[in-house]
Amino acid sequence: MLRPFKADLHIHTCLSPCTELDMSPKKILTSAKKKEIDILGICDHNSTENSLALMNAAKNMNIKIFPGMEVTSQEEVHVLALFDDIENTLKLQEFVYKNLPGENDEEAFGMQVIVNEKEEVLGFNNKLLIGATAIPLNEVIQLIHSLDGITIASHIDRESFSIIGQLGFIPENLELDALEISPNITFEEAKKRFEYNYPITCSSDAHYPDDIGKSYTTFLLKNGTVAEIKKALKNEEGRKLIH
Amino acid sequence: MKLKEIIEKLQLKVLTGQDKLQVEVTGGYTSDLLSDVIANSKQGNLWITLQIHQNIIAVAKLKDLAGIIIVNNREPDEETLQKAKEENVPLFSSEEMAFEISGKLYELISS
Repeated sequence: MLRPFKADLHIHTCLSPCTELDMSPKKILTSAKKKEIDILGICDHNSTENSLALMNAAKNMNIKIFPGMEVTSQEEVHVLALFDDIENTLKLQEFVYKNLPGENDEEAFGMQVIVNEKEEVLGFNNKLLIGATAIPLNEVIQLIHSLDGITIASHIDRESFSIIGQLGFIPENLELDALEISPNITFEEAKKRFEYNYPITCSSDAHYPDDIGKSYTTFLLKNGTVAEIKKALKNEEGRKLIH
Repeated sequence: MKLKEIIEKLQLKVLTGQDKLQVEVTGGYTSDLLSDVIANSKQGNLWITLQIHQNIIAVAKLKDLAGIIIVNNREPDEETLQKAKEENVPLFSSEEMAFEISGKLYELISS
């Protein structure tokens, strides 16, 4: 049977340099529970090293965690990658790491904290996660699809690091699965402003626990999987976005 | 100043648009945000950027720019070169940084 799922497909954790330590698994899940979120997408910049901690911490909580990443393409466009299993996410991460130059400077950009489900600090990522990869946008998208993931262009209403800000408009023949809008605009406004033939998703892009679920998308699905979301974005078998 | 003269003085490598070098350049515009170029560049400007995505050609065409200088020796994608040929948009490359090319172009045009 199909039922509505409230999904916030884009949140950061304490691994992203632009967040604080309070974006820890427990605090994230407590906030998500309070907002009655069913699905969370873990999208740290160019890394998925905290996805597993969230997946483990959420096991008995009735919140589905999609491991993922917010990849920065060569053009400095942010795109979300979301997967059903951690293995494929790690394959993407391996490729991203190979194409991500530079080292993090904690003073300039912030700490990149790797944690486990018990909130213990396992270490610090020393890559320049805030930087851009050397992978062209169309290759990022192809790679994510080859690993059975979905790709969503991040916060297209924002000027910085969005596909429209960086590239002026959305290039033809890109196989994006959806376009995301930030909490700064409503779905109704976005429909008027962006006349593209792609579904629009809303997510919080949360960097603080309280921001989780500030904006979300409701999907009609059989269960909370990326495969089901994929169907909903294509309006297949009754699955759909109900916003 | 004509495009041809600028190319010689800045020692740019001509990638496409060989037959459009008699165009008069009205000024320069340096930016890597294509949305900004759409909003603020002017007709006849020579655009200095390190973006190599094919959308740069559409933007140059849309704004009727004199051409695009790709800096830092970055090589445009195959699709970008193809589009530039199809649309006949002059595309140049330089080993120098945007700062240097912009400074030299400013000197040339304002003197």
